[in-house]
Amino acid sequence: MRARWYPLADLQSELGRMRDEMDRLFGRYASGGRRGWPTVSVFPAMNVWEDDQSFLVEAELPGLELSDLEILVNAGSLLTVKGQRREPEWQNGSWHRRERSFGTFARTLELPAPVDPDHVEASFKNGVLRIRLPKAEQAKPRRIEVRAN
Amino acid sequence: MNQVSQAQASEATRNAVEYTPPFDIWENAEEIVLCGDLPGVATERLEVRFEDHELLITGRVEAREDLPRELLKEYGVGDFRRSFTIGEAIDTERISAEMKHGVLTIHLPKSSAVKPRKIDVVAG
Repeated sequence: MRARWYPLADLQSELGRMRDEMDRLFGRYASGGRRGWPTVSVFPAMNVWEDDQSFLVEAELPGLELSDLEILVNAGSLLTVKGQRREPEWQNGSWHRRERSFGTFARTLELPAPVDPDHVEASFKNGVLRIRLPKAEQAKPRRIEVRAN
Repeated sequence: MNQVSQAQASEATRNAVEYTPPFDIWENAEEIVLCGDLPGVATERLEVRFEDHELLITGRVEAREDLPRELLKEYGVGDFRRSFTIGEAIDTERISAEMKHGVLTIHLPKSSAVKPRKIDVVAG
């Protein structure tokens, strides 16, 4: 499943506002399926930020470690996160509630500009994955000196 | 028979976004085990209270540094809060909780009075 950026920043922020409102009413993942966890097709949910130098991609993957994950950058701007969340085994008992999801997942995100795949850094703390991807040189904004004539 | 039910949500006093973390609840003859996803919560910012049959879990998320322009927002970040009413008698002295990689596991050992006892029948 590939997430796409909306071409219009305004549309994006309007959708974001609507989603925030839905989240407030229905929980964290209004766009997902059941409460508390998004549907498999959008797992993991991601937040993305940028500045002039880099992108920052964040995903919540509780219970996993960096070694459980495969992080790939393809074709300059395609970021893929793959992994597996294993279900703990409990013997001789019964479940009262099962709200958490397990299994394998893979998600590819198309970043709006190419990145430098050799300098991607990932950290994982308390189940929060953060990937910092420096933009490729040609994608960084350049300051143009304008000289008065 | 479901002895664990979610307590009535009470009014929050802080005007901040609080989320309901997903939980799995498992039970055997010895104990009730609760596993919840609280990503972003460090052990020292987690509080687990058990009082008067109510188990209350609150977790404060550590502030994370973002970049100035937001491009995609698929989930909100905020503190976690959830409470459960436990009908079973619990040996409160032996309750234990562990937090690892954003997953909280709580063990509620049943007090011996409610554990099913196997009575040995001796031939007379």
